[in-house]
Amino acid sequence: MEETRGSTPHRPPISRVTVVRVVGLGVVAAGIGIVIGLVIPWFPPAAATQAHTIDTLYYVLIIVTVPVFVLVTSVVLFSAWRWRMRPGEERLDGPPIHGNTQLEVIWTALPAALIAALVVYAAIVLHDIGVKKPGEITVGVIGQQWEWRFTYPEYHDAQGQPIVALQLYLPLDRPVNFKINSVDVIHTFWVPAFRLQEDAVPGITTGFRATPDRLGSYPIICTQLCGYGHSTMRTTLHIVTAAQFNTWLSEHGYSGTYTQTTSAHTRRTSGSAASGLLADARPGGAHTARSSRSSASGWTAYAPAAETHPATKEGSQ
Amino acid sequence: MIARLRAPGLHRGILATPLGIGLAYAIVLPIRAASGYHPVLDGTAILQVSMIICPFAFLIGLGAFDYWFHWAIGRPTRPEDHSGHGARTWKDYFRVNTDHKVIGVQYVVHSFAYFLIAGLFAMLMRVQLAQPGGKFVDANTYNGLFSVHATLMIFLFVIPVFAGLANFVLPLMIGAPDMAFPRLNALSFWLLPVAGLLLLGSFFAPGGSFASGWTAYAPLSTTAPIGQAFFTLGVQFAGASSIATALNFLVTIITMRAPGMSFFRMPLLVWANFSTSLLVVIATPFIAASQFFVLLDRGLGFNFFNAGQGGNVLLYQNVFWFYSHPAVYIMMLPGFGIISEVIAVKSRKPIFGYRMMAFSLLAIVVLGFTVWAHHMFTSGMPAWLRDPMMITTAIIAVPTGVKIFSWLATLWRGVLHMDTAMLWAMGFITMFTLGGISGVMLAMVPLDLDVSKTYFVVAHIHYVLFGGSVFTIFAGVYYWFPKMTGRMYDERLGRWHFWTTLIFFNLTFAPMHIIGIEGMPRRVADYALQFATWNLLISFASWALGLSTLIFVYNMVVSWRGGPRAVANPWRGMTLEWQVSSPPPIFNFDSMPTVVGGPYEYGVPGAVHAVFRDGADVPAPAGALAMAAKE
Repeated sequence: MEETRGSTPHRPPISRVTVVRVVGLGVVAAGIGIVIGLVIPWFPPAAATQAHTIDTLYYVLIIVTVPVFVLVTSVVLFSAWRWRMRPGEERLDGPPIHGNTQLEVIWTALPAALIAALVVYAAIVLHDIGVKKPGEITVGVIGQQWEWRFTYPEYHDAQGQPIVALQLYLPLDRPVNFKINSVDVIHTFWVPAFRLQEDAVPGITTGFRATPDRLGSYPIICTQLCGYGHSTMRTTLHIVTAAQFNTWLSEHGYSGTYTQTTSAHTRRTSGSAASGLLADARPGGAHTARSSRSSASGWTAYAPAAETHPATKEGSQ
Repeated sequence: MIARLRAPGLHRGILATPLGIGLAYAIVLPIRAASGYHPVLDGTAILQVSMIICPFAFLIGLGAFDYWFHWAIGRPTRPEDHSGHGARTWKDYFRVNTDHKVIGVQYVVHSFAYFLIAGLFAMLMRVQLAQPGGKFVDANTYNGLFSVHATLMIFLFVIPVFAGLANFVLPLMIGAPDMAFPRLNALSFWLLPVAGLLLLGSFFAPGGSFASGWTAYAPLSTTAPIGQAFFTLGVQFAGASSIATALNFLVTIITMRAPGMSFFRMPLLVWANFSTSLLVVIATPFIAASQFFVLLDRGLGFNFFNAGQGGNVLLYQNVFWFYSHPAVYIMMLPGFGIISEVIAVKSRKPIFGYRMMAFSLLAIVVLGFTVWAHHMFTSGMPAWLRDPMMITTAIIAVPTGVKIFSWLATLWRGVLHMDTAMLWAMGFITMFTLGGISGVMLAMVPLDLDVSKTYFVVAHIHYVLFGGSVFTIFAGVYYWFPKMTGRMYDERLGRWHFWTTLIFFNLTFAPMHIIGIEGMPRRVADYALQFATWNLLISFASWALGLSTLIFVYNMVVSWRGGPRAVANPWRGMTLEWQVSSPPPIFNFDSMPTVVGGPYEYGVPGAVHAVFRDGADVPAPAGALAMAAKE
């Protein structure tokens, strides 16, 4: 304490040079943190246009939030190093600084502005991923302990019933509107490759939209605790070409021909494309056998009601 | 002998409990017989009624209601001889005691017992998850393990341990001789063992313990085996305890402050508990309601949540989260208070922006009630609700950020005493910031649509509740250990405890962010092969994390029994609890304090927080030395 006696009883403020050095170190650390955050392959493969939008949001959040953590941590570490009590300072006190209105206004307003910007961005993303695209097909998703079941109300089998499947087959580049139900407890239909999930709730129909844009097979996972078999309530999503989808449909007794309406095509002729789809979806010809399992089990398969049909669904959202 | 058995106490409580079962039979059998059911065969009716009656039988036997009963039936109440006040032997901790200091210790010790039990459950879960295809327990038991783990941690550890710490120090801090309602205070505590035993007892129920998560979503919970009823009723008792304590705190803070202690001279711990109590009093009845719905659905077939009978499944989630989101702040705001105390004293500086710290607490209270549906972004609730709930959720980060920045500014240019309590406080600031950041990410609806209900959420909640709440609890326990026990803890062991916990905490929970985003859902007894490496690492880290707690337990037990005697004010704190002996006198203050200044006037020459009327034990002003140095 001898050296502090006479000048000031408190710790002197640190020099400008030190501040600049610390800030410089912090900027470098934040830079490294951001690079690490962007380099880590966080996500599984993305297989829908919506997934790319959400990934971008995530990376923006990394870029914005890493510096916040680095700022807090570096102040803590710097304080521990620079302001730690040293031998001889046992009875020393800090300077009685009670506050600084300017500083407090800044650290209220700046985060508020940052948060507001993020919220606006996220709201735009949320709107974008929910936009209805022309040429949309509807797929019913039904959760039951502990299985998923998918219905294709626009594609009927020989008995005139919607095709039902235990694995989800979707044609590439065709927008899908999922209509989700549950017959017992709450389940959640999560497709990590789509970055989207929604609960399957008994009594109400929920849903989301996705446009598959990558061929391959991806997991479908139930994320809502639904009892004993929750961890095994999984199935597979297959994103296939139009030809493969057509073959798959006919294997399930669909007599018509699936026509791929690419998004470029539908953008040009949105209205007529939808009616063309309607023509495809309502076959009147001969039918072959249908899945015996779906007829026997008495599931409440999703039935195509008028208000959910793509041709009449325009502007409902 | 008979007289001894009739005297209030633990033995009378235990004797009274079977009488409760008898009463349950007496009520259920005639009703079942009259309704045409077989009167005896169905044990579930008896069990559920017993679970309501037996706790009251136990509490009445224990003597928690004796005074009120005497008063209600007009018998002469025993004159207040303070025989139920204070602890002379260890046995006094096992009876209804009206001393807030005894109750505080009861709360803290009882809560830590459940911390160890629930932590053990977490370690067992990690045995199951160490490898994919784990065969340690079956899926139902696993679902039970994490359900009971979370429920005990929330309702029997974090919430009550904060109530316990505040019970001990808050009346001292505001210069009160006790809480406003000492008997209610005692009852509040004794409701907790009841709740804890009910929740633990569910493991012995036919069909296993409750296994629908601590959230107990209907209709999974309304169709689950009888073990679920233990949760439904156990939570009621924990909730009742919470509400009663919160009322007690509110009345104590509003009416029993020492002369001169205006609201803006209150230590921030008092502000924090004031805010928390407001949250508890308003929010906790909602979880009671949600569980009464479930109870009536289960027991009497009300079909509140049976969609096939016109029930509304989402109603449960709305009511449940209207409590359980504020509950997150109930589990955090008292910790904010502890950190403010520790940081100010250990930095030897006034809290930076004291008033903003108090206002930000109140802002969190108000905003905390506007965000519950952010737990339901993927629940199928009306889509238009997503945007407003996202906005309010994100805004909460602002007052929380104000607090973080204020603590940082308090550290700046301080003289940092980097002992165990301070290490926990500084660890808290960094870890809680991480939890806050992942919280802001989850608030962004599109990201939540992806990682909701995955291990990313598990990581987030543990950074908030472990890196946040538990770190503050450890800071508080180390900080007030000398005051509560009159002994000093072992500083070296305390540091070991901090560093091992910090390291293994991060090794356990940081990788969960990654596997969550990669596609591992939470609450699963088995997982895909691709997550095997991470899960093995997490399991090893979690066991080490559990073992690190043993350092703490050893330190506390040994130091309490034989640690060096603590002086009245080992940290040279200015708040009132440090101006009395360690442990404090039975009625706290031998002479009434008069508050003459703010609670954190460190470095202000000659400043004191309070003076004592007789002038005998005026504390040495904290700035006295700085003044001496100036001369």
